[in-house]
Amino acid sequence: MSRHRVKAVSYDEDDFDDGYDSPDPEEQEFLQQCTTEVLNQLRAGEPSVTATRDEVQEALWHYYNDVEKSVNYLRNKKTKETKKKQPVPAPAPAAKAKASTGPSPDDVVLNAQSSAKGFKSKQSASKSGDKKSQAGLTEGLNNLSVEEKVNVKSKNLDVLSEYQKSQRKKAMNFAVIGHVDAGKSTLMGRLLADLKAIDQRTLDKYRTEAEKIGKGSFALAWVLDQGSEERARGVTIDIATNKFETENTVFTIVDAPGHRDFVPNMIAGASQADFAVLVIDSGTGNFESGLKGQTKEHALLVRSMGVQRIIIAVNKMDSVQWAQDRFDEIEQQVSSFLTTAGFQAKNIAFVPCSGISGDNVTRRSEDPNVSWYKGRTLIEELEATEPYSHAVDKPLRMTIGDVFRGSVQNPLSISGRMDAGSLQVGDQILTMPSGEKATIRSLEVDGEPSDWAVAGQNVTLNLVNIDPIHLRSGDVICRASAPIANVTSFTCKVLAFDHLLPSMVDIHRGRLHVPGRISQLVATLDKVTGASIKKKPKIVAPGTVARIVVEMDQAVPLEAPTRIVLRAGGETVAAGLLE
Amino acid sequence: MRLIKNKIEHNGSGTVTLCPEEPEDMWHAYNLIRPNDLLRASAIRRVTSTQETGSTTSARVHLMLEIRVKNLDFDPQSSQLHVSGTIVNETAHTKIGQHHTLDLELNRNFTLEKEVGADGEGVGWDSIAVQMLKDAVDEGGNRRAEAVAVVMQEGLAHICFIGQFQTILKQKVEMSVPRKRHGGGDHDKGMSKFFQVTLDTLLRQLEFNTNSAALTSNEAVRPVLLASPGFVAAGFQKYIQSVASTTTPALKRLLPSIVVVHSASGYLHSLAEVLQSPAVKTILADTKYARETKLMDDFLEQLRKETNKATYGPREVESAVDQGAVGRGGGVLIISNRLFRSQDVAERKRWVSLVDRVRDIEGGEVRVLSSDHESGRRLDGLGGVAALLTFPIVDDDIEEDDQ
Repeated sequence: MSRHRVKAVSYDEDDFDDGYDSPDPEEQEFLQQCTTEVLNQLRAGEPSVTATRDEVQEALWHYYNDVEKSVNYLRNKKTKETKKKQPVPAPAPAAKAKASTGPSPDDVVLNAQSSAKGFKSKQSASKSGDKKSQAGLTEGLNNLSVEEKVNVKSKNLDVLSEYQKSQRKKAMNFAVIGHVDAGKSTLMGRLLADLKAIDQRTLDKYRTEAEKIGKGSFALAWVLDQGSEERARGVTIDIATNKFETENTVFTIVDAPGHRDFVPNMIAGASQADFAVLVIDSGTGNFESGLKGQTKEHALLVRSMGVQRIIIAVNKMDSVQWAQDRFDEIEQQVSSFLTTAGFQAKNIAFVPCSGISGDNVTRRSEDPNVSWYKGRTLIEELEATEPYSHAVDKPLRMTIGDVFRGSVQNPLSISGRMDAGSLQVGDQILTMPSGEKATIRSLEVDGEPSDWAVAGQNVTLNLVNIDPIHLRSGDVICRASAPIANVTSFTCKVLAFDHLLPSMVDIHRGRLHVPGRISQLVATLDKVTGASIKKKPKIVAPGTVARIVVEMDQAVPLEAPTRIVLRAGGETVAAGLLE
Repeated sequence: MRLIKNKIEHNGSGTVTLCPEEPEDMWHAYNLIRPNDLLRASAIRRVTSTQETGSTTSARVHLMLEIRVKNLDFDPQSSQLHVSGTIVNETAHTKIGQHHTLDLELNRNFTLEKEVGADGEGVGWDSIAVQMLKDAVDEGGNRRAEAVAVVMQEGLAHICFIGQFQTILKQKVEMSVPRKRHGGGDHDKGMSKFFQVTLDTLLRQLEFNTNSAALTSNEAVRPVLLASPGFVAAGFQKYIQSVASTTTPALKRLLPSIVVVHSASGYLHSLAEVLQSPAVKTILADTKYARETKLMDDFLEQLRKETNKATYGPREVESAVDQGAVGRGGGVLIISNRLFRSQDVAERKRWVSLVDRVRDIEGGEVRVLSSDHESGRRLDGLGGVAALLTFPIVDDDIEEDDQ
């Protein structure tokens, strides 16, 4: 009862107890006086408002008969109500109803305190007798649909200026490629371990587990080979991404599988890369077999996907006692091959190293046999790479790399690298070829929550308002304002790696992998000028450039200029550019 | 297919009565029956008769109807053939000229008549038709080699039945399997769900009895080929084994007939590679399919070598035949049976005469590939006709013709 302290009137302590329920005439009279005064002041003041006697008395009761405070409160309340009356006529009757039902003191105090509208409406909805809340409820019921729409508020950021403002380290992706068992995963595991991107405890765990199944030398590779099948077989199957930081750069490793069956996955990885690290097994015989196999195919693939710079890690040098002539021999053979593949000599770098022992990876080797090598270590070579600019101001394009269940809060997430454009939380996006819309609830850049993302970044988007059935890896995310077209046939200029005939092929673009057929060989072209040499050739020989028409059974989101790879029978037959 | 009666005259006209016995025979019938032929088969027709008072009664009556074929509709998935045309024989219930669609049924005879018109309207039983008839009539009963193939990759499986003359895609299973992610992820879970769905679908298509009582039944199980790049097929086999040893013991009957082979991708056109693998060859020894695939590979090999001893495309092949390059001593004309299915009589005649010429005059070999097989589809991509030549032909002159 402490809140019944009376300020303006001196009260007998004796009167206090029974004074609440049956107010004495003296108090009543005083109340009447104050009420009239408040009403007068309200009418006279600017802006002029009217209030009922009941309202005034209620206010007076709360402000302990302080006339000035009551007037201020009522004036504020009334002006707000008249303002609200124009768009929403509901609150006025609500206020009246409230007054007539005699609200509890708490309610009114809260009313006075809360300025937020949402709070108020919630409060009125809690009253069962309230007519307005019933009306609101039916209205709400009408708004309910079977599909629950989640509204995500956009911050309406100017992403491009945010991007320019942000003081991020330069970020780069690189793909690790090479023949199977060249030691790609192990080398990258070593890099991560030495840079402390992975803690010693985890590494020790992997080591004991690997030894348990008799594959002790695979422990480092397990950092990237997370799949159970990959570990059991000791072969990388799918691409793995992992990031590490040096002083001024954030690198994302895209570790590609080397086995020929998983070249589609390697293509997906290489399409996310700015530059490539080609790992070569320097062991006797292994280098030679690799060069015939995936060393060659991978190098050609990354080149045809637009990668310019390539670092060649001549791995397992410890197995040949760091012999310089072996290194020179490999360097000479590989660089001549890479030059013919279209790499410029200044963009090729060779590093002799050993993934298993860690020599020349992050630290210079102390082995006396390596004293002949004065060049940079692998990590120094990585850092020497110039960053690439991305088309951030172009329309949004992102190829979905993976569709998965992120967590309980984010039941549907997609990940991938943004090819072009920018996006932010709350944006509506369009997926192709399904043509369905989705809203971005939240997003992560390199595993860190962010409000926006731009081209070149590796992002995870948590989506709402879409059925997962419409999302498949290989689909393309774009905006409804600038959608990517779905096509069933396209013309492209390709470099043939194998004989081309009108035949069935697999079409690859990043994660996208669809069957199709070469329906027409339009012409063979001159490599330099692009002029047509022979129209309608019967067959296109390896090494020649040709214009061909490819048809597909299903519509696929593709647009020029996109780099595509054509494969048949497990081999890459051609790669080129859409026209 | 059983040949009941054969009355083909020397001039190529005549009738043949056949009894289809298995679903694939419908495919043969589809190739044999051409527009303008006369087809006689049993039919059920709903007949509506009007009484004098104006009231109508309709009844289903069983009739023997003879129709002049206008159109064929073949559903390879369910092996059903619907032939529509106008009725030519008069019965108590139908009038001449009314339309009817005959549904050919298994184990019910039908009679096919081909006519040779005076003005060359019909083509009659030409050499190709006779050859097809021979193929269709299974005399030795020795070509039952059939297999089921599951061509798969992560999240994608094609279940298809490989028959003597056609490959039927029965069902495609497509699922989104989460990729491997840092720190576990749902990849393994996704894969086992994918395997489960694929196995369920496969068993449904095989009409495989999974009752435990069926474990002892002697019903033959067709060979099941599991093909994939990488380890998906092997993983699927392991999954079937684990299901067989835990929940569904009846699956043990299936296990011995499973063969795991390698394929380049999970798409259907990888089937060619599957059927060339040694493991499969031993099972499906000397099927028409395997021979056809081999032939196509030889042809492509010649093209690759750029010996100019192989050519493709209608014009090029005709020109090669004109030059006598498709003759004795290794000349092979490879032609897709899609060309013979042409609605245009002149078009068909063109190809039949080409075939006859190569076989009878030039002395070369002729191989008709089924367009419903993978090899035939490859051939279709090349224009439906190709040839291996006895001597190299430089095709520069042909190119000028094109322009």
